[in-house]
Order: sequence, then C-alpha cells, then structure tokens
Amino acid sequence: MDVHSRDYRARARQIIEETPEVREAVNAATQTFVDNRQNAFADLDGTALSRWAERVKSHALTHLADYLEEAEARLIERGAHVHWAETASDVHQIFERIVREQGVKKAVKAKSMLSEEIGLNPFLESCGVEVFETDLGEYIIQLLGEPPSHIVGPSIHKSLDDTRVIFHERLGTPRDASPERLAEAARDLLREAFLTADLGISGGNFLVAETGSIALIENEGNIRLSTSVPRIHIALVGIEKVLPKWADLPTFLQVTAKSATGQPVGCFVSMIQGPGGLPGGEPDGPEELHVVLVDNGRSRLLADPEVWEALRCVRCGACLNICPVYRQTGGHAYGYVYSGPIGGILGPGLVGLEETLPLPFASSACGACADVCPVRIPIPDLLHVWRQRAVERGLTSDVERSVLGLLTSTATRPRLFGWAEKAAGLLPAPVLRHLPMLREWSAGREPPRLEGPTFRELWDEGIE
Amino acid sequence: MRVSLFVTCLGDRFFADAAADAVRLLRSLDVDVDFPKNQTCCGQPAWNSGHIPQAREMAAHTAAVFADSDYVVLPSGSCAAMLRCTYPRLLEAPVVAERSYELAEFLVDVLEITELGSGLEGRRLAYHHGCHALRELEVEEQPVRLLESAGAKIVPWEADQECCGFGGLFSVKAPEVSVAMADRKLDTLPDVETVVSADGGCLLQLEGRARRRGVPIPFRPLASLLWEARSGRA
Repeated sequence: MDVHSRDYRARARQIIEETPEVREAVNAATQTFVDNRQNAFADLDGTALSRWAERVKSHALTHLADYLEEAEARLIERGAHVHWAETASDVHQIFERIVREQGVKKAVKAKSMLSEEIGLNPFLESCGVEVFETDLGEYIIQLLGEPPSHIVGPSIHKSLDDTRVIFHERLGTPRDASPERLAEAARDLLREAFLTADLGISGGNFLVAETGSIALIENEGNIRLSTSVPRIHIALVGIEKVLPKWADLPTFLQVTAKSATGQPVGCFVSMIQGPGGLPGGEPDGPEELHVVLVDNGRSRLLADPEVWEALRCVRCGACLNICPVYRQTGGHAYGYVYSGPIGGILGPGLVGLEETLPLPFASSACGACADVCPVRIPIPDLLHVWRQRAVERGLTSDVERSVLGLLTSTATRPRLFGWAEKAAGLLPAPVLRHLPMLREWSAGREPPRLEGPTFRELWDEGIE
Repeated sequence: MRVSLFVTCLGDRFFADAAADAVRLLRSLDVDVDFPKNQTCCGQPAWNSGHIPQAREMAAHTAAVFADSDYVVLPSGSCAAMLRCTYPRLLEAPVVAERSYELAEFLVDVLEITELGSGLEGRRLAYHHGCHALRELEVEEQPVRLLESAGAKIVPWEADQECCGFGGLFSVKAPEVSVAMADRKLDTLPDVETVVSADGGCLLQLEGRARRRGVPIPFRPLASLLWEARSGRA
C-alpha cells in the first residue's frame, strides 16, 4: 500500500470539515467498543493478564528465529508449503507463481491487515485474478474502493445509510433495505464466490510454534469458508505473530477478543495446521496450504532496541478506540494502513520515519492508549522516541525549532523571562493573531487573554 | 511548613490571580510560601515535541532553582508530572522530582486535608481531569473530594477524563483535530455553571474554543475554586 502520511493535517481537516458524518460514525462505534471492552474486563485482573501477555510476546520476539523455525518444521511435517518473504515484492512473487502454476482465476479473501500492508489486492488484480473480500466490512469498502479505516472495523467510518447506497447501486438492493436484507444480499453473492473460487487467502492472528497452528479469530464464518472451501489456501503471517506454546493460545484468543470488541472470544476460531485429506492429518480442508511468513520491515524494527516493543502488537485496535485523536477522523487521515497510536509507532518502524511523518506527532500525548494495550506496549514513550529522532534528523519545522530555541534561551535567563512574560501582555491582539503558531491557534479558538499583571508583579506588590 | 510555589509559565502569564489564590490558600493553612524568583518554564514544550537538549537545559535550570526547597507546589498537573515523572529521565539526580506536587494532591496527600470550608455550597461544577495529572501523577480523587467537601456538586460528565485536545504544540500542529477534540468536550458538557481544571493549557484550549463558539460557560483554575471553598469569597 502506498503511504500518504505527509498529508495528515490536510486529510484530517478535510474529513472534519467536509464529512462530519465520518466523525460521528467513528465516535459512536469506538465508544461502543470502549464500553464493551470495559465490561469484558470488569471481573478480571486485566493488569495481570496484560503482564503475562507482554512477557509471552516479548519472550517469543527475543527468540524469534528459533520459534519460527519450529513452526516451519511442524507445518512442513503436516504437508504445508512454507515460504519466507522479506519484502512486499517477495510476497507478490510467491503469489504470482502459485496463481500462474495453478491457473487461479478467482480468490476469496478473509480480512488481513498484512495483505493491505503489502498491497495484495491490486497486485492480484494485475495478475488477472478476481478478488472478493468476504468480511462484510471489508466487502463494503472494497465496493467503495477505499482502504480500511480501522484495524478491526474496516468500514467503521461508514453509516448504515452509506452501505444502503452502495449496495443499491452495485447489488440492486432496495434503497431502504434493512440491515438483514443487506447482509443477505452480501451472503448470496459471497456464497457463490466461496463455492467457485480456486484460492482462499487469509492472514493469521497467531502462529503457534509448538504445533505449527495458525489461529484465526472472526465473527462471520467467512474466514472458516475462505480457508476450507477453495482448493488452495494461502495464509499470510507476519513473523511477529508467533507464540511459543499451544497452551499460550487460549489466553491470547480471549485477551485479543475482549480488547478488540469486548467479546469473551471470537464467534469462530479456526486452527489450521495443514492441508486436508492427508493420511493422519486433517480430513477436511484445501488440497494445498501455503504459509507465507512475512518480514516487511519487522526484523529491522526488532533490532532497534529503543522501539522494538511495537512488535508485540496483536492488532486488537483498542488503542484506536480509546484515542481521542483517532476518534475525530477515523483511519483515513493517517494515510497509512495502521492508523491511530499504534500506526504512529509501526509506521516509522516498518516503513521509515521520513515516509510516515508526521504520524508520531499525530497524538496529544494523553496516554489513554497505554492504559488499554493488552500487551503493555508503552505507546506514548515509543511515539516520543520517534519524535526525538525526527528532531535529531532535522525533519521538523524551522519555525518550531526557532520558537523552542527562543523559549530555552529565555527560560534559562530568569530576568529576561520575567520581562518577556510581562511584554507579551503589551502586544496588540492583531499582531499576535498573525504570529506563526498563534495563527493556527486562532483559526478555531479565541487567543488567550493577555491583559493584566503577571504573577511576578502580583507577588512583588504583595499578595493579601 | 515551608513550600516553594512554582507558578509555571502559563500560570505566571495567564492565571496570575489563580496563582495568587493558591498563595492565599496555602497561607490560610499555616503554610509558609516562598516564590523563588529565578523560576521560568519547566521545559515541557521542548520535551513533548522531542527537543531533548533544550528540555534538559530547562529542567536543569528548574532543578537548580528549587534545589533547597522542601516542597515544590504547582497549580498545574502537567508541569508537576513533568518534574516528577520526566525529570528523572533528563537529569542525573533530580531530587526535585520527589518533592513536587500538584496543588490539590499536596493538600490531600501531604497536608492530609479533607475539607477546606463551605464556600462552594450549592455550586454545580464540572471537573476536567488533565491527562498528565490523571495518568502520570494518578491524581483523580483529590481535587474532586476537596471541591465536594466544600459543598459543590461535581456533575457527572461522560468526557471528563478525555483529552481536551491541547497537547502543547499538538494544538497548533494539528489544529483542526485539536479543535474537534475540544468540541467533543463541549458537546458532552452537562448543565453546570463553571468548568474547573488543574491545568492551564487545558483551560486555555477549552475556554478559547468555547468563546469562539459562543458557549457562555466560565472555565476556571482549580486554585481559585479551592480558595473560594476556603474563604467563601467568589
């Protein structure tokens, strides 16, 4: 996927000013997620769970090569093909080969953020493959030609009426169709696709090293169908998704579902450990299972001791839901596949800081994300590290550097500072309004009142 | 007991009366207040935006100014959090870190005050929790308890713990988002006569947006309300 983060401010402004219904839809949906999450953890020791989850993920990441090789060996034993892809274009080549050799014409696809990260759909279409997103939210935005706006709820920015309009135009449902009628229309169309597709594509929430199992969480049954009906299944799994033991999985499945939507566990959990029909293996399933282990910047991030913890992320989206910055715009403002607080630390880590600026600055540093992260990623601290690096590499604005330089030199000269505080009160308002930064402030807010004495003056006069 | 007031740069310029109220309040509780004249800015704007050498310079200056203070009391949650939680990351031996308190926190946790007076009888207030007071200092109950003990009703507000959108330079780097965040606060505000907060930045943000929108509610610093609680003088 192309990265357009540079336009963050312009896109955010456009969304807020021109499509207020997006802010409304995102706010309502995220608030529901936040409330549900809170209820889901109400009777549990969330801190103990997250400390445990943090330790397991950190352990797996610090022994990553060993666990990946263990997972690979188990998968091969059960008849799967394992591919290693360093870059997005490596993934494309792997798909191209399979698609060509197998004569694939139609693919059904379960929701996968990694597939968005590597721009899989446009690539497959360029190979002449018809791709159906089968998660309802993903299907809606596929019809609209938009990228996901949220890790868990890709069409979170759309209202029911938006869906009515696009379904009316594309599938011929009545303009005032009920949600049930819309779901039925999508189901009819997708059922046909499941039965006729040659290829099913999925991501992977977890990959258990001990058993070589890919675990997938969902609510709609479309992942189960995508991974079992077509004759070929390709699972795209980020290398950071590995868990050491089978016994680790149940708790991660619960913690992820509770953090994401407040559900005790996803409606469906699929465990995939090989193709179907092999002696001693699974009776059902595809004839061929390919597992693509994708790096795409993860090894480089893992080797960076200040920021590697971002790789613990389980993609639950809890930090997006709680984030007051994300909630004003939804994900499209960020111009990168991962939005919100986690996007501000995954983007610079996976793609590069220059490419994803100003995402680490698209945060008011309120710290709410750190409270809800189920694997205790210190998101505000990591955002701050990227801010420091942006400054060190000269990537921030000259105006900001000058203003802070001026503040520092004044603040270390107390007399000058006291005088400056006093003098600020003498500046006429029209002048203030045109100073850099104050101009941005004043566009939507009244400037602070500067009249009256400073505290220093009151103190000198004597406080009664 | 002797306390040094760190008025903070925003407090000095924009909330001088409230800082004076903090002095009156502390004196009325038999606290000896001094005001080290060489104090300036805690360095938070530089820290937040990633300018570390500048933040360190201002932190070192502030630590030196308050080196001999028994307690440093700030009428600001986020500056108190800067001293307590961030100075240890910037300075070698920041003794000032463990001696610094936000005003309400100091009253409740150090002076062990449970009530100040009855000067807020019948007042309907909303309390905005600044993010750094709440999440870094973990000051949540103290200001609310003090206001309530003086007779105020703190009206429930669904967004009372959500960020107001100030965030230092964030407010001018992403001004449209910042303003939308303030709108969320204002749009959910219950029927109250005054909104109170311990943070000057949040007050400037919320008040600035409210005035632009013509929302006629005053946004006032906690220190002033606490002095009213004690003195009965509005």
